[in-house]
Amino acid sequence: MNLLNVIATGLREIWAHKFRSLLTMLGIILGVSSLVAMSAMVKGLELGLKEGLAAMGGLEKIRVESQLDLPMHQRHLQDRVTGVTMPDVFALQQSAPLVHTVTPSVDLWGRGSRTVLAYKDKTARPFTFSGTWPSALEINEHVIEYGRMFNEVDNDLAHPVCVIGTGIRDQLFGDPDVTGQTVDPVGLTITINRQPFTIVGMFQHYEGEAARQERLARIAEQKKKSGPQRNDNPWSRAKGGNFAFRLKNNTVYIPLNTMLLNLQSGTNRMASANARLSTLYMKVKDIDLLETSLQQVRNVLMMTHGGLEDFAFRTDEDWASEITNTIRDARVSGGIIAAISLIVGGIGIANIMLASISERVREIGIRKSIGATTSDIFVQILVESVVLAMLGGLLGLGTSYALTNLVGKFAASDNSPVITLGAMAFAFAASVAVGIAAGLWPAMKASRLHPIQALKYD
Amino acid sequence: MPLVELRDIRKIYHLGGEEIRALDGVSLDIAEGEFCSIIGPSGSGKSTLMHILGCLDSPTSGTLKLDGLEIQNASQRQLAGIRNQKIGFVFQFFNLLPKLNVLQNVELPMVYSGFTRRQRRERALEALRQVELDNRSKHRPSQLSGGQQQRVAIARAIVNNPRLIFADEPTGNLDSHTGELILDMFRRFHREGRTIILVTHDPEIAAVTPRRIEIRDGKIAQNIDRRLAGLDRDLALAANI
Repeated sequence: MNLLNVIATGLREIWAHKFRSLLTMLGIILGVSSLVAMSAMVKGLELGLKEGLAAMGGLEKIRVESQLDLPMHQRHLQDRVTGVTMPDVFALQQSAPLVHTVTPSVDLWGRGSRTVLAYKDKTARPFTFSGTWPSALEINEHVIEYGRMFNEVDNDLAHPVCVIGTGIRDQLFGDPDVTGQTVDPVGLTITINRQPFTIVGMFQHYEGEAARQERLARIAEQKKKSGPQRNDNPWSRAKGGNFAFRLKNNTVYIPLNTMLLNLQSGTNRMASANARLSTLYMKVKDIDLLETSLQQVRNVLMMTHGGLEDFAFRTDEDWASEITNTIRDARVSGGIIAAISLIVGGIGIANIMLASISERVREIGIRKSIGATTSDIFVQILVESVVLAMLGGLLGLGTSYALTNLVGKFAASDNSPVITLGAMAFAFAASVAVGIAAGLWPAMKASRLHPIQALKYD
Repeated sequence: MPLVELRDIRKIYHLGGEEIRALDGVSLDIAEGEFCSIIGPSGSGKSTLMHILGCLDSPTSGTLKLDGLEIQNASQRQLAGIRNQKIGFVFQFFNLLPKLNVLQNVELPMVYSGFTRRQRRERALEALRQVELDNRSKHRPSQLSGGQQQRVAIARAIVNNPRLIFADEPTGNLDSHTGELILDMFRRFHREGRTIILVTHDPEIAAVTPRRIEIRDGKIAQNIDRRLAGLDRDLALAANI
């Protein structure tokens, strides 16, 4: 008996009991679509997190921070601690060929800092407020959309200029999506901690792919409405979505020297040439040589610091492995749930196949009496079960789109689900496997029926 | 060489510790082209004999040769092949598959012997022509009368050109007129040279066959060949002896 015949027979059997078959398939349909939807959500989450990682500079970025508490064995030298300073920058530029774009930064943010930006009656609090070099643009993956980045001259002469992110613009001048007016802030003067600064440039608006699409859709929606513009979408959230993007949009950069001379003079630290830096940014040339590069930087800094370990490395590796772990956990827990519903679907199929063969004992007897072998019957029942599961799987793939959209509506919008072909193939294969597993026992039972007993059965 | 050769066949069942000898030393030869009946009251062992002859069951002991092949020790798979190729069954309750139409029912044995779709169709239609039902090939069994259903079953039995046709009470579920038509059909097949074994409890039906084998208590009680006994000249003439 060839396979096409067997499949046709199986389909006929399924078609003969349409409603029963549909109910049986429902388990597989739900299992497959939840597997696909789960994997789509995890994929969306992964993409969102990785987008955030890339937006913050990616894995190539190394941060060196001052660490003023020395390790135990150097505690007696505590009074010689300097932290990261400008000489370190120049030393690294000269002596550490594995890293490039060494960029100093003095930050005035975080706990204790009370940086306030003001324009007319509006004020803003930045997430990041740094005095740095123009190369910070490259280090932190910033792109200027309006105006320019401040340059070396601005830095050398400590000009009171700043470059802002769109989050600051939204706070000071209004969000163009809300007001409907684009603002070009270049040339305007704002105050930072009551000192006047001229805005020379503004970054582009950073957002995740999903957030961007949602924002565009919202704008399109609002354009259709007449009357006063207002944001009445209950699902909308603070612009920027992912935390990494919000952080990045609320950035203010000023030249390093301006920071040291104008904004830090009140703190009365050392002269600017030896000032303690908050952070030293740099990028490794080759990500595969990350460890070697770190060692090289460490060697140089040990020289300039006279052997004192008053600095610490920060890379995004921890963040990256955190992402990997998060994704793995989400995948495992979602996978278990989807697997359970697939197993339940499989039990449903096994159950209905057992019921079906006890209905068809006589048919099996007839088939055997005219020459069907044990394996013919086995294959027939098994194929029927697999065909049932495959149909369920196909329908499940269809409904997975709907389910994914539905889930996407309720889940966090900055990580909208992404259906992958691999997930669909895997889910379909899983449904076939479930069909085989569910059909084995009924097929065995049916094929072992003795023809005489089966023929006498009523 | 006889088509069927039974030597000292025994079939013993164990039912709750009690030994039941359904067949107790049956030896029998059936030649090619014979039309014989196996007759006996219920419980006599005639059904068991037919099951063993029809390769649906294996004997406990004894040897069984069919078409020159020793099959008492054949595997399930080999038995299925023999049932498919060499034996056709006609049952009392027709045993058609209700979900298939007439043509598909007749094609069924060929589905298990690997014919192409076209061959199956041609041969099934030919078999239906022989039972004069080729105009009903698209009907479901439930749309046919009992006699018609039995003719479909006969078409299914002959479609693979088996060496041996078994009919188990083929008229038991039909009125006497229709039953007579079915028996006529078997007579015609017999004249065409097929080997037919009719299993019945009804002496009247057994009377139509030239040879009559009577089973009682698992043994052959009578084995009468009327042609040889000179009891039936017409039948002897028909069989060209």
